[in-house]
Amino acid sequence: MNVLPVAGKFATLVFVSLFLVACSNTDTSEADAAAAEAAAAESAAAEAAAAEAAAAEAAAAQQALQEAADAVGTVFYFEFDSSALTDAARTAVDAHIAALLGNDASVRLEGHTDERGTREYNLALGERRANAVRDYMVANGVPSYRIESISYGEENPAAYGSGESNWQQNRRVELK
Amino acid sequence: MHLFLASLVAALLVFTDHAQAQLQIEITKGIDNPTPIAIVPFAWVGSGTSPDDVARIIDSDLARSGQFAPVSRRDMLSYPTTAAEIFFRDWRAIETDYVLIGRASPSGPGNISIDWELFDTVRQQQIAAGNVTGVAPELRMLAHRVADEIYEKLTGIPGAFATRLLYVSVTRNPGGKDFYRLTLADSDGARPIVLLESREPILAPSWSPDGDEVAYVSFETSRPAIYRQNLRTGAREQLTNFKGLNNSPVFSPDGNSMAMVLSKDGSPDIYLMNLTSKRLTRLTEHYAIDTEPTWMPDGKSLLFTSDRGGRPQIYRYELKTGAITRVTFEGRYNARARVAQDGRNVALVHQQGGAYHIAVFDLVTERLTVLTTTNLDESPSIAPNGSVVLYATKRGGKSILGAVAVDGGVSFNLPAREGDVQEPAWSPFMAH
Repeated sequence: MNVLPVAGKFATLVFVSLFLVACSNTDTSEADAAAAEAAAAESAAAEAAAAEAAAAEAAAAQQALQEAADAVGTVFYFEFDSSALTDAARTAVDAHIAALLGNDASVRLEGHTDERGTREYNLALGERRANAVRDYMVANGVPSYRIESISYGEENPAAYGSGESNWQQNRRVELK
Repeated sequence: MHLFLASLVAALLVFTDHAQAQLQIEITKGIDNPTPIAIVPFAWVGSGTSPDDVARIIDSDLARSGQFAPVSRRDMLSYPTTAAEIFFRDWRAIETDYVLIGRASPSGPGNISIDWELFDTVRQQQIAAGNVTGVAPELRMLAHRVADEIYEKLTGIPGAFATRLLYVSVTRNPGGKDFYRLTLADSDGARPIVLLESREPILAPSWSPDGDEVAYVSFETSRPAIYRQNLRTGAREQLTNFKGLNNSPVFSPDGNSMAMVLSKDGSPDIYLMNLTSKRLTRLTEHYAIDTEPTWMPDGKSLLFTSDRGGRPQIYRYELKTGAITRVTFEGRYNARARVAQDGRNVALVHQQGGAYHIAVFDLVTERLTVLTTTNLDESPSIAPNGSVVLYATKRGGKSILGAVAVDGGVSFNLPAREGDVQEPAWSPFMAH
């Protein structure tokens, strides 16, 4: 994932507001100007400190969201022959959405199926799963241009071999 | 002795180079009363020895068809190579109906010529004879051409031994990336050639109608794209690179266009690409999955899989009118159709009780016949003579190729020595 932290944006805003404050104080008397300057500097410093604190707080909050997203993992599982998000998958995707709303990351959603059925039809099913996660993310505010969905169908199984214990590990969307 | 060992080691190295892709053949079921035929070792009329055992290749071809029971060489009382050397009494004594003899010889620079004669031991006369000629490295293919002629003479159906198979062999690498190889081999699995190696999936290989080109999907750029590759020149061209699915390329019977599956406009639909102008025409437009197109031999319509009715079933698309009609109704899952050259028999994947079998659907009688008993069968491909369906199945956790006669009579397996084999595509008849 390509993460551009929100703290960077805050820093830019702080710089611009300092510049505006400096420009607005040119036509007063010298004494007033000196006093105003001192006051402005004081308030600017206070503002900067506040902004810095806010940025640090935001960064910490984003860090917490990212850690929460990392904790739920990057693999979302599906029922047989279904592209509907299960409750567990929805909860996991929610954690990633929360993190994505606070950063500029681009993500790749890789859809997979188990080995049952034909390979080419399974490619379409895998795409349906990846798109189901994408659509849910978009509905919750993540811009669609930041999401790419790719289907591998039944290629690249997570678990080799047949039987439900393997199949359930393979019916998945992986976030990368 | 040391020299012998050294050359043996060298030979093994050459063989192991191809060992992973090499297919073996195991006949699992023949017909009840196969025709006994003696294929006598062919004479080599030239210096040195024949580069290949022509009679052995013909013997294996006819045995694999399940319709013939070739006589063991140990049981032959003599090895005639000319008509004058045949004593019909000897062949009747071992209950052989037919005797094939032949002579191979160098013919002109780099060529080999094979003369063959087929005798009926009951009527005690020659019933067919012929000659095939070609370049020396293609001696195995010449032997397959003789087998084709014998098969047609005795069954009335053209043989499909002098054809080739395209398949994907996969070396699994748990925890890492698998290794995919697009492989081309003779119809008996001999002489495998790797056309493309990749750590990313290779899928859906198919043939051009003249057998000169193949098309496939490769994920080598980390996204799926459709490629075509010329087998004579090696020239390769990327045809698509759209967002979403780029899948199921199939050449039209006239070779001028290619049907394919793209999801660039939303859901997967069938498109037609003009191979000269590269212009795309959208054929189906439905929010459901439309995939796995395959041409009717007359090129006037396509069959495809769609779940527009809720479950995957086979539908037909008429190119002239754009009309779509549902073809299959039996069962919950019918997919990935391939049509025989007669335009009548359709091989497909049919689900029955949770298992996926290969079945044949007759477009005239609308009868569906299940051909296989294994559970995870897929990717059917019909031999150009319409006699056998080749498919992929699972055995002991490995993907192998299976083959079954369209009439259900004969079956054989083609496992690889190592790794998985999947998505077989049987070539059309090749120009000689």
